[in-house]
This record gives sequence, structure tokens and C-alpha cells, in this order.
Amino acid sequence: VENVRLLDRLSSRKAALGTLYLTATHVIFVENGSETRKETWVLHSQISSIEKQATTATGCPLLIRCKNFQVIQLVIPQERDCHDVYISLIRLARPVKYEELYCFSFNPKLDKEEREQGWKLVDLNEEYNRMGIPNNYWQISDVNRDYGVCDSYPTEVYVPKSATAHIIVGSSKFRSRRRFPALSYYCKDNNASICRSSQPLSGFSARCLEDEQMLQAIRKANPGSDFIYVVDTRPKLNAMANRAAGKGYENEDNYSNIKFQFIGIENIHVMRNSLQKMLEVCELKSPSMSDFLWGLENSGWLKHIKAIMDAGIFIAKAVAEEGVSVLVHCSDGWDRTAQVCSVASLLLDPYYRTMKGFMVLIEKDWVSFGHKFNHRYGNLDGDPKEISPVIDQFIECVWQLMEQFPCAFEFNERFLIHIQHHIYSCQFGNFLCNSPKERQELKIQERTYSLWAHLWKNRADYLNPLYRSDHSQTQGTLHPQMAPCNFLYKFWSGMYNRFEKGLHPRQSVTDYLMAVKEETQQLEEELEVLGERLANLQKSQLNDNKVKSKPQDRSKQLGLSTSNNSLANTPQEYSNDLKSFPSRSPSQGDEEDSALILTQDNLKSSDPDLSANSDQESGVEDLSCRSPSGGGCLPSEDSGKDSDEAVFLAV
Amino acid sequence: MEFAELIKTPRADNVVLHRPFYLAVEGTLCLTGHHLIFSSRRQDNAEELWLLHSNIDSIEKRFVGSLGTIIIKCKDLRIIQLDIPGMEECLNIASSIEALSTLDSVTLMYPFFYRPMFEIVEDGWRCFLPDEEFELLSSVTDEWRLSCINKEFSVCPSYPPVVIVPKSIDDEALRKVAMFRHGSRFPVLSYYHKKNGMVMMRSSQPLTGTNGRRCKEDEKLINATLRPGKRGYIIDTRSLNVAQQARAKGGGFEQEAHYPQWRRIHKCIERFNILQESLIKLVEACNDQSHNMDRWLSKLEASNWLTHVKEILTAACLAAQCIDREGASVLVHGTEGTDSTLQVTSLAQIILDPRCRTIRGFESLVVREWLQAGHPFQQRCAQSAYSNSKQKWEAPVFLLFLDCVWQILRQFPCSFEFNEQFLIMLFEHAYASQFGTFLGNNENERSKLKLPQKTMSLWSWVNRSEELSKFQNPLFEANSLVIWPSVAPQSLQLWEGVFLRWNRPSKFLDEAHEEMINIIKYNKELQAKVNALRRQLAQLQTADRMQENL
Repeated sequence: VENVRLLDRLSSRKAALGTLYLTATHVIFVENGSETRKETWVLHSQISSIEKQATTATGCPLLIRCKNFQVIQLVIPQERDCHDVYISLIRLARPVKYEELYCFSFNPKLDKEEREQGWKLVDLNEEYNRMGIPNNYWQISDVNRDYGVCDSYPTEVYVPKSATAHIIVGSSKFRSRRRFPALSYYCKDNNASICRSSQPLSGFSARCLEDEQMLQAIRKANPGSDFIYVVDTRPKLNAMANRAAGKGYENEDNYSNIKFQFIGIENIHVMRNSLQKMLEVCELKSPSMSDFLWGLENSGWLKHIKAIMDAGIFIAKAVAEEGVSVLVHCSDGWDRTAQVCSVASLLLDPYYRTMKGFMVLIEKDWVSFGHKFNHRYGNLDGDPKEISPVIDQFIECVWQLMEQFPCAFEFNERFLIHIQHHIYSCQFGNFLCNSPKERQELKIQERTYSLWAHLWKNRADYLNPLYRSDHSQTQGTLHPQMAPCNFLYKFWSGMYNRFEKGLHPRQSVTDYLMAVKEETQQLEEELEVLGERLANLQKSQLNDNKVKSKPQDRSKQLGLSTSNNSLANTPQEYSNDLKSFPSRSPSQGDEEDSALILTQDNLKSSDPDLSANSDQESGVEDLSCRSPSGGGCLPSEDSGKDSDEAVFLAV
Repeated sequence: MEFAELIKTPRADNVVLHRPFYLAVEGTLCLTGHHLIFSSRRQDNAEELWLLHSNIDSIEKRFVGSLGTIIIKCKDLRIIQLDIPGMEECLNIASSIEALSTLDSVTLMYPFFYRPMFEIVEDGWRCFLPDEEFELLSSVTDEWRLSCINKEFSVCPSYPPVVIVPKSIDDEALRKVAMFRHGSRFPVLSYYHKKNGMVMMRSSQPLTGTNGRRCKEDEKLINATLRPGKRGYIIDTRSLNVAQQARAKGGGFEQEAHYPQWRRIHKCIERFNILQESLIKLVEACNDQSHNMDRWLSKLEASNWLTHVKEILTAACLAAQCIDREGASVLVHGTEGTDSTLQVTSLAQIILDPRCRTIRGFESLVVREWLQAGHPFQQRCAQSAYSNSKQKWEAPVFLLFLDCVWQILRQFPCSFEFNEQFLIMLFEHAYASQFGTFLGNNENERSKLKLPQKTMSLWSWVNRSEELSKFQNPLFEANSLVIWPSVAPQSLQLWEGVFLRWNRPSKFLDEAHEEMINIIKYNKELQAKVNALRRQLAQLQTADRMQENL
């Protein structure tokens, strides 16, 4: 479709004219602009909703909201075209078969061996070995081979040595979806462990001997402690309501030596609505500070993030400080339980704060234990009530921790954002389906590529320059503060306003420091080369019988290395970000009226003549994108650098 | 008056000091004329806390049996607790502190007694003189002149003795204009934008009153800054409503009929007690130790602090936009022209002028646009967030300005020569200091107090290399561009460095900062080494070649 306008959300006056293409996998918008031909690509699987709005004089607006929080506003001249695009997209964005997903057609041009290598990058057996398992207390169990006991668990499960197959099977029958207690994390130093399961089918009075034995076995696997914590991550009310349905929570009287604890994390429906509310706040056009803060509070989003973090902190404390093992569950044990176990692991073990370790962590607590990626992230068309930002919340918890402990993580914010992006993109096979069983049936590893290999290959982009493996923050357990005024939970604009670059800091400390570090490395190399050359030269001067051409050769090399160096000497990668702002040619003839950022507020209060002449529909204008209308010619120093342009929401 | 009279109990033993995130320490408490000194008795690791009485915002006392507790809340927002055995001692100490922290005579303040222990390399009182500033200006334009009309502070008591005005306006006209402006603050030059020759001026409101008084000289003065056929912008920092109400009290705003070449824009920047209450509420929220997220966010919102930050920044960006993007001259004023006006003019300069983003440039900006421009520091900073006095003239105007600078710094972390610590240091010294820089309400008062002769300047201390190194931003790379910050709510954050400073362990952030410094330091060292080797190599090569040529 030609002559489509792509609107900028921050300012209704700025729009790019271009052509819209629909392919089997992407929506592509190509700007008509002669030089740059800026392109916007959106994967169909990223599309979360499409909204056709009322036709106006200029055309038919189409609003596309993406799962990675991009919002695209198009205006298509012909109503008919718009309708066609709308209908096509609705179909394309909601595939019904896995085979329709992008990962089955995505080909990064790697051979078979490389693909297999990629899938081997993260190996969970290796991970449990790293934890020190199997050992005297824990063993690998094949009770779930062929998914015979629990179809949403992995085939290899780690359980206490004293838990026989009989106990496991018995316990599984007493747990929702047969998700029996299994090991998630083991702390070598004090034998304390984190186990996970689903809720017990206790109803009002039911009990199960094998389940009680199972918990006993977990306790015995930690000889240093005479009880275990059972953490139910649901609000007490929800757990009690479940009892009426024959489910519920452990009765302290039936289980010997447990301490039972509720931690009120809300369910997926509350979380879905909360995100929805927060995104509405993000989408507000020029909100006031109060609108924003009030909306943020009202969405409850940060409250939920804090609840998850608090649960993680509680468990990490129990394991690290009290040396007590913890059994975590919620209802089915695949959402809140996954969040809480992985936050706790991250706090406890520095390994998970490395790039590789973080991949392992997601693979362990999310992928292998049957987090329902397909349902939660709507990869295939399904029940909208199943969709919920469960892993998004975990990823945000990690970001909040990174803000408080800037040196503790090997990776940077970009790493998190890209993982989030690919959980929805379906470009790689890692997060397809709802369980390991389904993935095996689909032969995912043979037919698709692994995201981890892709990220690992580009790991230089994801490094945190402040990370040093010998730094104190990279050792041992992290101890975050609990009160909001001590641990400031912030709105993550890098994620939720990811595509509105104008809102982000204009210069990135991370990129700057990475460039400096890269330069440092080059300097180190050059230093070595120079040292050698110097030594050679000194030697040769002593010998004093050299061929003439040699020094010339040398100086050539030197010249080369300096130019490399000077490249690295401009560590302003951040300007890329800045240059991506399209700048508009100055509007002609209306320089006096539209000259200012006039806001609604402003219009109301300022002189009537001013507002009457002003032709601003939205009342919002950005300060940027206008070249000076007077004052003679533009000094050349500024022309090449539109990087000082800013999009300001002025109110 | 002797301080000794106020100190009933100069010393108490077995006092226990409590601070957040530190273990309680036992030690001895001493009171002197200007300090509260606590020193732990531990021999191995003696710890001392020196607190200026003038830093104390309020104190509370509590008793449990004969054990008294004093809670001291400081203007830098810190709260400490002292457990003092003995009711009488405790009462004595509390009342002494109360008296000493509320001395009403300026000349009794610590700066008049402070003797520096460092060598003075450069006298801060002689830095940043208007003449120097004018010299810089005259190298690029000759349309302005330095007027000594206010030499004896006779025309405008809150202006400095010399001001920069359009060349075509003589002192006689200035006198008339002064009569037409609130507090005689006639329009003066605040900033000259070299790139296009546009200027920013500031003044107070015109005294038009209800019957629309006009002053030809005033019109002529500001018109003198316009290029032929061009218009200028007047940014009134008050809402139209407030500006209209001001007419009833003799104030007002420039009417279109009399200023046809000017467009007036009203912004709404709050003043006085509204700001003070906002600060009080914000600090209360920040000190709330409850674990409730909703409560925190709603308190943060209710304080309106970030709303004020947003309003001020927006107005400053607007002024900067008029100058840089529209190529127009700007006049900024509110009512008195000593508060919101200065916030706007100084922030606009930070956006426009790379010089203001250096340490010396920023100091010069504070001197020009705040101290010499007559921001009444002594009144505004008399009390901070914990006071109950509720005087109308107290307001965190300067702190808000620093907060806005911090917001820009956060968005452009590589464009400033100074770091966050520098801004925090200025905040502290504006409220309590051993230096005389922020004493008095204007240059007139400062000269009457003979501050340059009797006290030490803050700049004499800061601008020594030992101190400067603490305030340098390791990421600084000179950026000659105009920097446009985002003023969207998503882009503005609570200034943790000030408001959560005492409520959170800063260790991890400090470590990050240190790491940053190390990375850059190591890079510079290598660079130096490589350069040295290159030079050495080049020398050897020339020697080599010469030898071969021979």
C-alpha cells in the first residue's frame, strides 16, 4: 500500500510518508525519504492488537500495538486498503499452528553442526553438576521418563535421595497437575535448597502420606536444619478459595516440621490488567507529572514487582542466612513459582548474574519446568485470559536489581530487553510451546535455532562495563533493602517506552564506557606492539646493518594503528540513537504562530490572539525538528549534528 | 553575646549516637559555639561527627526514665539520634542546641569565625567579577555596555553595583525604567547567545497597575534588543490569572498595545510556601519506612515536587527554544524576578551554553544568576524540610534549580564536567556552611557585612585541585551542542542522591562510580604510555634514518 503515513506518537505533526508492505512474516514500512529510506519492520508475532479507528479526511487510521511495547500509528489513504490490511493482519498476527511461526522459516545461515552447537550452549545437567548434584542427599530421578508422571515437567528431575519412586508418584497424585516437589536450586555451602511444586489437593481435610514423606525427605536432605519453609506465593484469600475446589495449601498439623508462609503475589489476571493500565499511562499524550504518577500507582505494577522481589528476598534469606530449605508453590507452580524461584536464585548465586548463568536460569526455572510460554505470550491464537506478563515481571525484577547493584551483573539492560523481545518474537525455538514434552514432539531443536547461541555470539553488545568477576558485588548473596524509600522501584522507561527514544537519556553511560574499554584493549595491544618494535629498533640500531625499506614499512603500520585508534577514540555510539530522530523541514509561513511549544495549558492562559492564530490541533508541540527560522544562516557546526534535537513534551 | 552563656552543658559522656545503616556508637558529646561534636571513645577506630549548629533544622526530645533522647533533623535532610543519660544534661543540651541553631544575627554565624586550614590559591571573592563577564561579551558584540548606575545600590537594592544593559539606553532612562519595575529590577542582560546574537534578559514585573500605566523608556529598553522587523518573547513565569491579579497590587504585565513587538507567554511556576510545603511532604515520604508501595507512590505524587521540576524545566526549555530555534530575544520575569525568573534564566543557559556545563562555568552561573542577581539566599534557605516555622519567605527555590540541573545531567551524563556530588555540595552550603558565599540576601547586604573581608569564599575552597577531583565527572567529553532534555514524566526521576541519601546504603552506587573512574583512569594511563612510546619510536626512527642517510 502506498502513501501511508506513519505517525509519531509524541507529536501529531510529525509523520513520515511511505509504503506499507505485508510479507508472510513481517509488516514493513519504508519511508519515501530519498536518502535514508528508513524502514520499520514488525514481526507478525509481535503484534498484540490492531485497532481500526474512524476514518478521517486524511485517511483511515490503523493502530498497531506490539508485545514489545511498540505502538505504531498508520494512516492509510483508502478505507478499502485499510480494511484489507486490517483483516490480513488479524489473521497473520494470530497463527493457529506452530509451523506458521517465524522460527520455522527463520534461517540465520548456520549449518547443522552450528545449530546443534547452539542448542548445547545451555546444558541443565551441567548446571546441576555445578550446584554439586548428584551428591549424598540429592539424585537424578527418571520417574518422569516419557513424561509418565507429569507431562509439564522435564524428564530428568532432581529429588532427595530418600524419596523413592513410590513417594514421588504418590506425592504427584496429591498435587495439581501432578507437579510434585522437585529441586530448583541447591546451595552447596549449607545444603539448603529451593524446591518447587504446585498446590496440594488438600481441600478442607485431605492428606497424603507420600506427600508428607516427600516434604520430610526434602527436610532430611538438609541435615543442618530441623524444619523447612513452605512458601505459598498466593494471597491467603486466593489459597483459601482454592480449598473449596479440592485444592489449597499445606496444613501445618499434617506435615511435621514445616513452617508455612503466605506471600501475596496476585494471579495472572490481576497482572495482565495491571500491565494494561500501566501501558495506558505510557500511551498518554503529554501527561502531567500527577497523571503519570497517579496512573503508575493506580496500575499497581510496581507494587506487584515489589511483591515478587520481596518473596525472592525472603527465600534467599532463608537459604543463605538461616540455612533452611524452602518449598515454593502457587497454584500450578509454573508462574509465580517460576518468578520467585528465579529471583531467589539470582540473589543467592553470582553465577546467575553472568550472561551464561542467566540463560541457564531461564532455561532451568522457566523452560524446563513447563512455564506455558505459548499461552502466556500468545504465540498461537488462544484464550486471551491465559495471556499474562509473567516473565516480563521477572525480567523487570532483574532490571530493578541492576539499578541498585550496578556492578553485580555481567550483562546490561539491552540484554534483558532483547530477551524480552525474543520471548514474543518466535524467531528462535527456545520459548515455543507450553512444556518440554510439546517441544520434543515438535522436534524444535532440529527445526529451529537457539536464541542463546545468537545472544552469545553478540555478547560484546550485552556486557556491563562495570562488571568485574573479582568485584565485591559479584560475590555471594545480594541483600536488597525492602522499603520503597530504601529500594527505589522505578518505572522502566527503557522497556515500556522502549521505542520512544526521545524519553531516554541522550547519552548512554554503558555505551560510553564500553567504547572506552574497547579502546583500552586496543591500547593494550598497541602498547605491546610498540614495545616490541621499540626493542627491535634499539637492537637494530646497535647492529647498524639494516635494509632501507624497513623503517618505511614500519611507519606505514604505525599509521594504520593510529587510525584504528582514532576510530575508537570517538566513543559516541549514543549519537546513533539520537540521529534516528527524523527531523522535519521547517514549516513555512507560519513561523510566528507555530513557533513555540504551545500547550493546552498555555493556550488557555495566554493571550487570545496568540491562541487564535495558532493552528495546533493537539496543543502539543515538540521543541525539536525546527530549524531556526531567523537569524541568518545556520552555522555549519550545527548542521551535521541534529543530535541536539529533542522531543520534548511540553506542558 | 558570648556563646558560653548559651552552652549550659558543654560536654556529656556515655552518649549513644544512632544513624541509619550504622551501628550505634557510644562516645562523648561536646558543644562549641558553632558545632556539635560527637567522638567515639574507641581507641582503635575513633569516629568523629562534626555538625554545624546552623545545619540543624529542628530538634525533638524524648525521655524514657532518666535516659533522654534528642533527635536532630538537619537541613541536609539527615536525621540523627543521640541518647544522653541524665535528664538535666539532656535538657541542657537540647536547649543549647536550639539556641545555637537559631541565632538571629548573621555576624554570629560560623563563617565569621572560621579560619581555613588550607592554603588559598585563588581568592573566590575575586572570581567571576562582572567586568570579566563583560569583557567576554565585548569580544563578540558591541551592542551592550556596563552601567555603574547602581554603584551605591542606590537605584536597585537587590542588584549588583554594575549591570549590563543595551548600549543605546543611558543611565537616565534606566532610572526611569527602575521606577516602573517591581523592586526597581529593570531589565538587564542575562545571556548572550553567540550562535545567533539573540539575548535573554531578566527583570521583575512592570508596575502597570489596574489603569495600565506605561513607561516609554521601558519599552525602548527592551525594544533595543530586537533586530529590525523581528519579534521577541516575554516569558512570564506566572499564570495569566496570577499576573492579572498582580495588577490590583500595582504590579502587572506588559500589554500588547504597548509592546507590539513582543509575544507574551505565561508559564506557571510556583513560589514560596507552596514549594516549601512540597519539600516537606516529599521528605516526609522519603522518610516513611513502611514497606507499602502504594503509599510511597501516592505520597510522592501528592508532594508535587516532580511537578515543580517539570514546570521549571519546561519553562527553561521554552526560553532556550525561543533563543536558539526561533532566533528571538527573550525577556523573563515573574513578580520580583528573584526566584522563578532566575530558575528559568539559569537553566536555559545550561541548555544553551556549553560553558555553563563546566565546573568554573557553573560556578560563574551561580554567582551571576543567583548571588549577584539577588536571590535572597538567607531568607529562602533559613529553614529546610523539617522546620515548623512556616515563614512565607522560606522556599527551596535553589534546591529545585539544582534538582533540574541533576535531571539534565542524568539525561546527558557525558556533557557535564561536574558530577552529582558537586550539586549536592552546593545544596549543603546554600543551607549551612563555613563559608560566607551564601550569606546575605543580595550584594548590598554582602557588602555591608563585609563578607569578602571577613569570611572565606566557598570558591576558594572548591577550586583547589584536592577538592575539585571529587567533583569531576569522569565521563565528561566537551559537547559544544545545545542539549535539549526531555521533560516527559517518564524522563524525570526522584533525585535519590539528595532525598534518599540518608535512607539507603550508598555503598553499591559508590562502588559503581569508583569503577567508572578506574576504567577511565586506566584508559588515560595507557593512552599516555602509548603516546610516549610512539614518540620514542619516532625519535629512534628519525635517528635511524639520519644515520642511514649519512
